[in-house]
Amino acid sequence: MTTSNSLVYLIALPLLGATILLLAGRRADKWGHILGTLMPASSFAVGLYQLSLMLGRSAEERPVGQKLFEWISVGSFKVDAGLLLDQLSICFVLLITGVGTLIHIYSISYMSHDKDRRRFFAYLNLFIAAMLLLVLGDSYLNLYVGWEGVGLASYLLIGFWNQKPAYATASKKAFVMNRVGDMGLSFAIMIAFATVGTVSFAGIKEQVDQTSTGALTAIGIMLLVAAAGKSAQFPLQAWLGDAMAGPTPVSALIHAATMVTAGVYLITRSNFIFDAAPTAQLLVVIVGAITLLFGALIGTAKDDIKKALAASTMSQIGYMTLAAGLGPVGYAFAIMHLLTHGFFKAGMFLGAGSVMHGMNDQVNMRKYGALRKFMPITFVTFGLGYLAILGVPPFAGFYSKDMIIETAFNAGGIKGILLGSATLLGAGITAFYMSRVMILTFTGTKRWDEDAHPHESPWLMWLPMAILAIGSVSSGFLLSRGDALVNWLHPLFDHHEEHKHHLLQPIVVSGLALTMVAIGVAIAFFKYSRQEVAAIAPENVSVLTKIARQDLMQDRFNEAVFMRPGQQLTQVLVKTDEAVIDGTVRAVGQLAMSSSSLLRGVQSGFVRSYAALIFVGAALLIAGIWVVVQ
Amino acid sequence: MNSLVLLMLLPIIGSIAVAATPRTKEVLSKQLALATTVIVAIATLAMAMNFQRDNVDLQFVEKYSWIPTFGINFSVGVDGLALVLILMSTILAPIVVLSGWNEAHGGRWSVKTFYILILVLETMMIGVFAATDVFLFYVIFEAMLIPVYLLIGGYGTGERSAAAVKFLIYSLFGGLLMLASIIALYVMSGAQGGHTFDLQALSQLEMSSTTQNFLFLGFFIAFAIKAPLWPLHTWLPDAAASATPGTSVLLLGVLDKVGTFGMIRYCLTLFPEASKTFTPLIMVLAVISIVYGAILAIGQKDLKRLIAFTSISHFGFITMGIFAMTSQGHSGATLYMFNHGFSTAALFIVGGWMIARRGSSTIADFGGLQRITPVMAWSFFLAGMSSLALPGLSSFVSEFLVLVGTFTRYPVHAVIATFGIVLAALYILIPVQKALHGPTAPGNEELRDLNIREKVAIAPVMAMIIALGFYPSPLLNVINPASAHVIAQMGFTDPAPTNGDK
Repeated sequence: MTTSNSLVYLIALPLLGATILLLAGRRADKWGHILGTLMPASSFAVGLYQLSLMLGRSAEERPVGQKLFEWISVGSFKVDAGLLLDQLSICFVLLITGVGTLIHIYSISYMSHDKDRRRFFAYLNLFIAAMLLLVLGDSYLNLYVGWEGVGLASYLLIGFWNQKPAYATASKKAFVMNRVGDMGLSFAIMIAFATVGTVSFAGIKEQVDQTSTGALTAIGIMLLVAAAGKSAQFPLQAWLGDAMAGPTPVSALIHAATMVTAGVYLITRSNFIFDAAPTAQLLVVIVGAITLLFGALIGTAKDDIKKALAASTMSQIGYMTLAAGLGPVGYAFAIMHLLTHGFFKAGMFLGAGSVMHGMNDQVNMRKYGALRKFMPITFVTFGLGYLAILGVPPFAGFYSKDMIIETAFNAGGIKGILLGSATLLGAGITAFYMSRVMILTFTGTKRWDEDAHPHESPWLMWLPMAILAIGSVSSGFLLSRGDALVNWLHPLFDHHEEHKHHLLQPIVVSGLALTMVAIGVAIAFFKYSRQEVAAIAPENVSVLTKIARQDLMQDRFNEAVFMRPGQQLTQVLVKTDEAVIDGTVRAVGQLAMSSSSLLRGVQSGFVRSYAALIFVGAALLIAGIWVVVQ
Repeated sequence: MNSLVLLMLLPIIGSIAVAATPRTKEVLSKQLALATTVIVAIATLAMAMNFQRDNVDLQFVEKYSWIPTFGINFSVGVDGLALVLILMSTILAPIVVLSGWNEAHGGRWSVKTFYILILVLETMMIGVFAATDVFLFYVIFEAMLIPVYLLIGGYGTGERSAAAVKFLIYSLFGGLLMLASIIALYVMSGAQGGHTFDLQALSQLEMSSTTQNFLFLGFFIAFAIKAPLWPLHTWLPDAAASATPGTSVLLLGVLDKVGTFGMIRYCLTLFPEASKTFTPLIMVLAVISIVYGAILAIGQKDLKRLIAFTSISHFGFITMGIFAMTSQGHSGATLYMFNHGFSTAALFIVGGWMIARRGSSTIADFGGLQRITPVMAWSFFLAGMSSLALPGLSSFVSEFLVLVGTFTRYPVHAVIATFGIVLAALYILIPVQKALHGPTAPGNEELRDLNIREKVAIAPVMAMIIALGFYPSPLLNVINPASAHVIAQMGFTDPAPTNGDK
């Protein structure tokens, strides 16, 4: 593989930014946001430069690597600090640094009234560096460092306003649930080393043929656990809604466009494992299908605009996971949806932030209404994102989502029909809840609080929204024109088992999908546009709505099954440790004391009686040992 | 200067100098202590530079006849394992002195006595790892208890006397068992070619497996108390809760390592067969320690006790790595000993500053420190991240090596132990949330942030935690040959990749 010495700068620049901003403290308050924005922008430039070099090489020659130093080497466990930039990672590098830079620019204005803005930029830079390491590491252990690094950055940013106890709790919850997933990654690495003898991508890929299906399935399932934790997939999804406690640019960057898609990256990167482990692959598809419906259902009942978008993110990543689980035919579509989603969802989150900015940080959509006239740019950019997520042609989601629906149907047999139906149903529900968001926020009558004075956001905020909106419009077309992305990624995946069923023709799929979307939009229209929307959420709703409002009972389940029993166990063990274990020790001590006193027939000081005990005990022991030795 | 004996003499000389200062000049005694520990640290680093890392024989060997009648020698020497631990001890010493500049005040005895005790203890810390004569090791192993006993009982807080006595009795009990085993070894050596206490010679003794098992237990129980391994751990939380932060650093960071060091140096070397016999039991105890220590840490309301319980979990990892008998497990365990010294030091030192400022060690009495004392809060947070083994920080490397090294031979143990990483997230983030986040708790409004002295004391610890996370090679290069040597002597080779039995 070709070596490139400039890969490290991609990571080093934002890392340097984070270090300077954290160490300089308040002294950097004046210019921290400028430096913080320049760093990811420079990384983006390096990324573009790398892309231009890549384009100049033939498909097989495109991947480049860089070995930095020997990181860990013990016996046969050898891991270099090595980076790998190939057709897959460059997609992520440009998404992370490109969307990342836009969100940094947005944050300059969005966070301008926060006295801790510099710290915010430090965390964002830290996140960018960790996320780049995640996608550039050339082994699972290097990826792991980035993997937990983004978890740390996410924790810090969710809890950016952790003076509010609920926000501090949300950040802790995210970290702990992510760690459950990280445990899966640990297991995957351990199994890989014990069975294959290496933890590098290239090394494992080379030996897949010599490795048993059982081992590969085990690795695959553990990677899926890791992916579920990071990407908020069922059953480790419960942290994402609470993560909306973070400032809105964080939700856009980390909890929509980049970090939460890391699970999809992991599965796609591990294609050589999943392709050889059908059971693990099937589980990936199931997790994806459940999550895409799970998230969509939660989305229908949320009044908090950010939580509605978060549920939508969960659901859309479900689509990507499902596609990635379909194997070589699905990987490229998973990545395509990931990229288009990066544009339209980040754009909509920034739009939500813009609305909150104008509405005194109000997040309850029932207190919005008619904002179209007051925030025209936000309305238009958000609206373009809306059309994209619905999959209306020719907007971005139309290309990426329809591909996934089509591939799902073509998976063959009952599986294909079930998966295809799930993705179609999801598309309908998505249309419903996204229309609900649109209608409640931008149309209808004002339901504002007294002190609300909505106004359009400054250009530093709307410019990134506008650029992302351009992406929402055009990215799908550009990526799928002439199968551009599919051909770009093609050399990375193993296609020897490729077979096309063609249960349904593309045009039929598009027709079905658009019908579902139309039904979803229509229901939302009649429910929210034709009737007066209550400014306070009605309580006399169906049981289903109540359950959906409570996130399908995910927290109740976790609390009842894990949290409370865990807390009880802890309490019991704390008491047992004091009463039983230490109690036994104390009892033995007292017994010894009293017996030694008896032996000497005198009551004396504590330490002296102990000395006697030592003496007698030593004599007995030595005698005993003597007998054994002889 | 390549003499371990001279290195051991330096702190003694320093303590004599401190003793000679007038009682009223407290600052002078502190400065002398600091200067001495810094010189010792530099001297150790210089020695480490001269260490031949690929040579598995003992280096810097010195031998002086001590009690010729019994064949007892004052003999010292180090391999990679001992060197790393001596290095850790001597780097920690000046950090302890500087960070706990005022912790001797309010003690039962004078400030100067405190520093004399610390310096005497430093000599013993070097000696206990360097000794190659079993009797010399035993003498230092027991003698170390005295300064620690006095440091806890004389300068600690709360129920310091009771905690000190509990510590002493537990340790003496273990020491007694070890003494019995040592005497038995001595007697046997007389029957097999001449009385000796030389470790190398004793490791060649022929003995029946019953004898070996008994003698092994004598040593192992002593080390398991020191380490401490479940269920012999209950002295540690009490001792750590009562000791000054500096004493806790030396107690948990250095003295407890004598336990895990002893398992490698004495249990494995002297009783290889018995070690194998007891490995299944020890592995179970280690895994219990990992999970049990972590759960108990989650349930603590007192910050110092919480940190103590996290260490019980960490010592479980170290013990598991030692007995997994793979090069990754063994090297990981040794590296873990070094890294744990610094991450626990960071927790105790910064936690100690928080407690001293607030006047309480109850976690619930803190709140919102991130916005009142940002540097202190960040230091505590980073120390906590190191304790939960965040990738990129030093403890991750060692913890992962232990896990992966254990997995290749004991997958079930490794899997259960891995659950410890989720528990670790809880035992760190719960106190972090309560103490650093949330609104300012009453009584926290006026707390001061770290001063220059404190920043200078904690900075090297933090730098080391980060640097060794990304670049552990300097240490691993020293540790690996020593670990490989032990594994080979025990007759083990690393399991080969199984390819999943294909």
